[in-house]
Amino acid sequence: MNRYALWKYLIIAVSLLLGLLYTLPNFFGESPAVQISPLRVSNPADTALLQQVEDSLKRANIQNDGLFLEEGSIKVRFLDTDTQIKAKDVLQSSLGDDYMIALNLLPNSPQWLANLGALPMYLGLDLRGGVHFMLEVDMEGAISTALDRHSADIRAALREKRISYAGVERLGETLTIKFRDAESREQALSMLKSDYDDLQFREERADNRFHLIATIKQEALVQMQDSTVQQNITTLRNRVNELGVAEPIIQKAGADRVIVQLPGVQDTAKAKEILGRTATLEIRMVDEERDLDAAMRGQVPFGSELYEERGGGPILVKKQVLLTGDRITDAQPGFTEDNQPAVHIRLDNNGAQVFKKLTRENVGRRMAILLIERNRTEVVTAPVIREEIGGGRVQISGSMTTLEARDVALLLRAGALAAPMDIIEERTVGPSLGADNIERGFNSTLYGFLAVAVFITLYYTAFGAISVLALSMNLLLLVGLLSILQATLTLPGMAALALTVGMAIDANVLINERIRDELREGLSPQMAINAGYERASGTILDSNITTLIAGIALFAFGSGPVKGFAVVLCLGILTSVFTAVFVSRGMVNFMYGSRRKLETVPIGKIWIPENSRTKKKFNYEALVKPMDKTASAAQSAESATSGSIDAHEKNAQPEGGSAVTGTAAPESAKAPEEALLANSNSPRAKTQGGKRATAGSGRKSRKK
Amino acid sequence: MEFFRVSRDIPFMSWRRSAAVISIVTFILSAFFLTTRGLNLGVDFTGGTVLEVSYAQAADLNQIREVLNGLNMSDVTVQNFGTSRDVMIRLPVMPDYSSAKLSETVLEALRQADDTVEMRRVEFVGPQVGSELLENGALAILFVSLGIVAYLAVRFEWKFGVAGIIANLHDVIIILGFFAFFQWEFSLTVLAAVLAVLGYSVNESVVIFDRIRENFRKLRKVEVTTVIDNAITRTMARTIITHGSTQMVVIAMLLFGGEVLYYFALALTIGILFGIYSSIMVASQILLLLGVKREDLVRLEEKKPENDGAVV
Repeated sequence: MNRYALWKYLIIAVSLLLGLLYTLPNFFGESPAVQISPLRVSNPADTALLQQVEDSLKRANIQNDGLFLEEGSIKVRFLDTDTQIKAKDVLQSSLGDDYMIALNLLPNSPQWLANLGALPMYLGLDLRGGVHFMLEVDMEGAISTALDRHSADIRAALREKRISYAGVERLGETLTIKFRDAESREQALSMLKSDYDDLQFREERADNRFHLIATIKQEALVQMQDSTVQQNITTLRNRVNELGVAEPIIQKAGADRVIVQLPGVQDTAKAKEILGRTATLEIRMVDEERDLDAAMRGQVPFGSELYEERGGGPILVKKQVLLTGDRITDAQPGFTEDNQPAVHIRLDNNGAQVFKKLTRENVGRRMAILLIERNRTEVVTAPVIREEIGGGRVQISGSMTTLEARDVALLLRAGALAAPMDIIEERTVGPSLGADNIERGFNSTLYGFLAVAVFITLYYTAFGAISVLALSMNLLLLVGLLSILQATLTLPGMAALALTVGMAIDANVLINERIRDELREGLSPQMAINAGYERASGTILDSNITTLIAGIALFAFGSGPVKGFAVVLCLGILTSVFTAVFVSRGMVNFMYGSRRKLETVPIGKIWIPENSRTKKKFNYEALVKPMDKTASAAQSAESATSGSIDAHEKNAQPEGGSAVTGTAAPESAKAPEEALLANSNSPRAKTQGGKRATAGSGRKSRKK
Repeated sequence: MEFFRVSRDIPFMSWRRSAAVISIVTFILSAFFLTTRGLNLGVDFTGGTVLEVSYAQAADLNQIREVLNGLNMSDVTVQNFGTSRDVMIRLPVMPDYSSAKLSETVLEALRQADDTVEMRRVEFVGPQVGSELLENGALAILFVSLGIVAYLAVRFEWKFGVAGIIANLHDVIIILGFFAFFQWEFSLTVLAAVLAVLGYSVNESVVIFDRIRENFRKLRKVEVTTVIDNAITRTMARTIITHGSTQMVVIAMLLFGGEVLYYFALALTIGILFGIYSSIMVASQILLLLGVKREDLVRLEEKKPENDGAVV
């Protein structure tokens, strides 16, 4: 009965092998590296670049520990972090701004493991150090920007269609378009309704005023929210690239939030500065007609604002926004035909159209590009428009150095957030704490495991050792599984790993206690093992499913570190059921299942209660009032499901763990009896067994 | 080795009156401390900033306080934790400082006062994120409770579900009571521990329930209390050994896990100890109160005995 088919052993062997294979990379550790990735498609990472990197490192006399091209970037390993940082600086200056040069950690595991897809677990920020931000998009800001843009458009459209209007005003989240008479309002309404799908219009009539109130439609708001967040994510990605982080995580979380994780970032102040640069770009016209001096004295004319120009004096700019930064798709430093430093800007289709019209109408005047950060607005540049510019390719040049051109391009490129963002959560872990946390988590698991292993082995001897083996395989499979899934390991995750050790042993304790119970009941060793496993498995399943429910809830409602805990907890439950029930059974079967005469179960010395001989304890029938004999057949059938003695008789026959193989009822009833007698290797057990056996057979025969 | 040499069933159910008194008293005490003192909610839930810094030598807390006062920051807690070189600074939500600037400003000021200071950890949680996390935590507890009741109701019977969850929520309240009484910091990790306890100590009830069901099938015409006593007695060895093993690991966490895992492990310890008590004394007692009967469980399975029946 305690035998496994070959395929079951094969399953165990294969899972053990896989577990070993995928756990292995975690033991090699990681070495410091520098990762060089091109920022532009025009200069890909190729062997030429590889040669260039190697040469510049050689020139600077920096030893590397391996240099290779992988997945579109070049990675160079170093022996220690000092050389790594030195190398980064050297490469930064020799390769320039076209490449992202980032510090990274590379797994040290041999190549053949990596080829199999066996990679170490991904360490969370609390273990490797780094910054975690949650940013929230300021949707109110985005809405008012959108309304400002619409108001400019509506004005232009009304003028073009020669519909007279008295003004367009934004008030909170509504636009008020004022007319002088009902007729022009009617005209305007029919025109605007067909042209502006995003807006809904409402007429307002009061005190002889003819107003149209425009608000943004709900579905347009939702769509705007999506695209705003998406645009911001793109911009953040660009900024993070400037920062040089090897494996950043930038993802949407919820309707209006973005999570940014920068592992291994040492200079958190700089990271925050660059990310926190919540800037938006706007193109407006410079107000050249009005008096700048008066404005500087405090009398800023209506419809204009006073700002500082970057590297220049104060400048008066109109309030009306003609174009926003989200229309800019790219900005690069470069040169004009006569070799003057310049910034090349590309606009998207919509932006190009607007820009064409804007330049046609304003040749000879100055436009201003404004960078608006929180509470601070500056004019990046204010060039004069020389001619009508179509096609969306804009070149800004004149009175700038190469360095300034680069700076402006960077600002235009990276500065274009669709809406301002606020940091609403920050978790920064210094690298030294990360290393400490790894040690803490590892030590907790290690010492916890050792304590449990020693105790269980002492308590259950050989079966305890088997339980401990199953437990180690559980850990192995769990770590292997986490590595395969490339799950992120956090400190709470490591706590869950340790907790899994403590909780997984429960299944083995249940089984072992059951086997002891069955032995006490007087079953033969083989039968007791079988019954112990069979009956404990239902309980194990039930109790683990409840923990799984808790784990799933933690995963669903938890955030950040708690999610890491939940993942390990849930996977740990799965692996522990597999190892405790299936694998440990396999080990037991392998060692004991084939012995025809297993005399004792090495599960520690079992204490049999004194009074069991007088059947006061676990003899259930003594507790029951004398029973009607005709009912006993039906009852025995019923009780067999949960396994009373009848069930063992059934089992005893085909498998024949003991010497009794007969099919006649009275003989099979003796099976436990003989097994127990065979069990008598110690004098005490012999007397006990003998007495018990007699009692047992008496019980049997009465039942039959 | 065998620790538990119990020769007859321990009459747990006959002690149910005293157990009820213990449970009700601890419950009321916990509820009392929870309402009067309240939980010392960590920055995860209240919003605010926590800075963890370490110095090359023993840190001068007064100097740090002075530096912070110089920045016009009031309502600041500065305390050692772990070693004398490690300092934890807690700052409330400050509208004057933008989130990102705050920690930088503080660190910069501290660096000027003593340049051996090293940033270990910064945690900033905005106030609305904090309340969301708290809400999600409460939702998680609700979800787990309902899930467990539903599972136990399907697998056993509704009375078992109710008994199991009351016993375990009783544990949760007691853990929270301890945290309120000692004013230990209640963080996101502690919440994870509480939920883990909820799932884990239901195990305990499930194991006993399984035995009760088995006994109901085997023992006909026996008093329900006897059935329960027998079930508890026979699972006791497993209970103690399992919880002992889990506790060993938790002790390892208490000793080696550092500050972050300390309260996590503490919550688990309380949960484990009261988990044993509640599944023995509380869950079964409620089961009795709800009037659990043999028919509740056995009836369902009597329909298909042929397959498993004894064939001799």
